[in-house]
Amino acid sequence: MQFWATVLLDGLTYASYLFIVSLGLTIIFGVMKILNVAHGSFYAWGAYTAAFAIGFITDNDLSEALFLPAILISAILVGVVLGYIIERFILRKMYNQDIHLIVLATFGVFLIFEDLIIITFGVDPYLPYQPAMMLGWIDIVGLNRGVYQLTLILLASIVAFVCWYGLTKTKWGKLLQSVIYDREISVAMGIDVTKVYVVTFIGGAILGALGGAYVAPTTSVSPGFAIDLVVLSFAVVVIGGMGSIPGALIGSLIVGILRAFAVHQAPILELFVVFAVMAIVLIIRPEGLFAPPKPRKI
Amino acid sequence: MFTGIFKDTSVRILITFMIVLCILSSFVLPDWMQNNFMYGLSRGLAILGLMLLWRTNLVSFGHALYYGFGAYAVALCQKYFGITDILLRFAIAVIAAGILGFCLGFILRKYREIFFAMLSLAFSMVLYGLLAKAEFLGSTDGMSISPSTLFGMELTRQYLFYLITFFVICAAISIQAYLRSTLGHLTTAIQDNEIRVEYLGYSVQKAIHIKYVMSACLAGGAGGLMAASLGQVDPDSMVNWNVSGELVFITIMSGWGNILAPFIGAIIFEFIRTYAFEWAPQAWAAIVGGTLLTIIFFFPGGIWSVIEKVFNYGKKKDVK
Repeated sequence: MQFWATVLLDGLTYASYLFIVSLGLTIIFGVMKILNVAHGSFYAWGAYTAAFAIGFITDNDLSEALFLPAILISAILVGVVLGYIIERFILRKMYNQDIHLIVLATFGVFLIFEDLIIITFGVDPYLPYQPAMMLGWIDIVGLNRGVYQLTLILLASIVAFVCWYGLTKTKWGKLLQSVIYDREISVAMGIDVTKVYVVTFIGGAILGALGGAYVAPTTSVSPGFAIDLVVLSFAVVVIGGMGSIPGALIGSLIVGILRAFAVHQAPILELFVVFAVMAIVLIIRPEGLFAPPKPRKI
Repeated sequence: MFTGIFKDTSVRILITFMIVLCILSSFVLPDWMQNNFMYGLSRGLAILGLMLLWRTNLVSFGHALYYGFGAYAVALCQKYFGITDILLRFAIAVIAAGILGFCLGFILRKYREIFFAMLSLAFSMVLYGLLAKAEFLGSTDGMSISPSTLFGMELTRQYLFYLITFFVICAAISIQAYLRSTLGHLTTAIQDNEIRVEYLGYSVQKAIHIKYVMSACLAGGAGGLMAASLGQVDPDSMVNWNVSGELVFITIMSGWGNILAPFIGAIIFEFIRTYAFEWAPQAWAAIVGGTLLTIIFFFPGGIWSVIEKVFNYGKKKDVK
C-alpha cells in the first residue's frame, strides 16, 4: 500500500512536469509539423532564468511572495524571446523543406543555445531551492513530500484546463484546430497561417520554458540537464500520438508512473522501460495511442 | 557484381585518396592530426551507412544503436574472451551489428519518414537506457579497451592507421559495387515512387531491409574501429541520442554524391571539433551547431556538391 502510494505520488509529480513540457512540443508538432529538438533549449533557458531571478530576489532580500511571479515571468520572457527568434529567423525559411532537415536545423539551434547558456550563466550549478524551502513539507499517507512538488500537479491541471478551454471554446483555438486538421484548406478560407505559426511556436516555447522554470527550485540547474529531457518528451509525445493534446496527458502519465515504479522497484530499468514502451507503441500503433483517426486525402 | 569495379572512377579516386593519406601519415603528419584522420575514417563508415539510407529518404535518428553496439561488442569480447586481434574485433563488431540490424529490420522496413526516425530513436534509447544503468557494463563510465594486436603482435598507431584505411577501402568498394547493381539502382527508384517499384516486380520492403542491414554493419564496424582507436567505450559518447544526431549531421554535411564524401565529411567534422575545442572550449557545440545551420541554409548538397562544382568548373554541364 505504502509502496503504491509512493509510486503514484512520485509518478504524478513527474508526469505533471513532463506534461507541461511535452504539451508545448506536441502543439508545435500538431500545428507546424515540426519535431522541435530545440524544445530542450526553452526548458533549459527557462530553468536558468528562473534560477537567476530567484537568486536575485534572495540576494536583495526582497519579499518571498515574488518567487512565483518571478518564475512565471521568466518562463514567458524566455518563451517569447527565444520562440520568436527561432521561428522568425530559422524555421520560417524552412517550411517547405524536408521534415528531416527541419529536425536537424532545430538540433543545430539546440547545440547553439546549450553553449550560450554556459557563456551566459557559467558552468557552476545553480541551486534555487528557496521557493521549495518556503512552502515546507507535508505528510501524505505517511509520506513526507515537499509542498512545492505537489503544487506542480496543480499547475499541470491548470495548464491542461486552460489549454482545453482555449482550444475548444475560443475563436483562436478553433482557428488552430482547423490549421491542425488541414493547412491548405485553412489558407484558402483566409486564415493567416504565418500568424498562427508564430503564436503557436511562442505558446509552445512558453510551455517548455514554464516546465523548466517551475522545476528549477527542485533540482540543481547545471549545464546539459536538458539533454535527457528532450528524448523523454519525445517519448511522451510519441506514446500519446504526435500532435494529440489528450495524448500528451496520457503519455506523460504512462511515462511518469512507469518511471517512478522502475525507480523504486528496479533502478536499472529506469530509462529502459520508458523507451521500451515507446518502441512497443510505435510497433503496435505507429500513430500513437490517442491519435485521432485520419481521413485519407486524395 | 564486382566485375570492372576497379575501372570505376569513384573507386579509383577513393583508393588514390586513401594511399595519399597513408603516405602523409607515415611521413608528414603530427600525431594529433593522424588521430583525427583515424577517427574521421572510422566514423566515416557509419556515415556511409547513413548515406545509403538517406538515398531512399530514410533518416535514422538512432544509428548510434549500431555504432555503440559494435563498440560494446568489442569491449565485451575483450572482457570475457580476451580477444584483442584487430581483424577479429572488426569482424565481431560488424557481425554483431549486422545481426541486430537484421532482426530490427523486419520491423523497421515497414516504416517511413518521421516514424522510421522515431522508431530507430526508440530502439537506440532502449540500449542507452540499459548501458547507462548496468553496473557490470561500467554504467556511465563505460569500459576501457586495451591496444589492438595483429596475429598476436602489438600493433603500433601507424599500423592501426594503415589497417583502418584498408577496412575503409574494402567497405567503400563493396558499397560502390552494391550501388552499381540492380538492387542498388532500386534505391533511388524507391525514393521516387515506391508503388511503381512494386509494380515492376521488386519487393520494396526487402530492398530496404537489405540496405538497412548493410548500413547497420557499417555503423557497427565504425563503432568497433572507434573503440579500438579511442581505447574507451561509454554510453554517453557512443549510444546517446545526440550521437545519432551528430552522425546524421555529418551525413548532411558530407552530401550523398559519392562514396568518398562521407569520409571527407567525417574528417572535416573531426577537425572542426578539434579546432573549435581549442579556440573556444566553452562554445565548441555552438560552433558545430552553427556549421550545421550554415550547411542546411547555404550548401544543401553538402561538401561534396562544393567539391563537384570546383572540379567541374568550366566543363560542359550534364543534361539532367
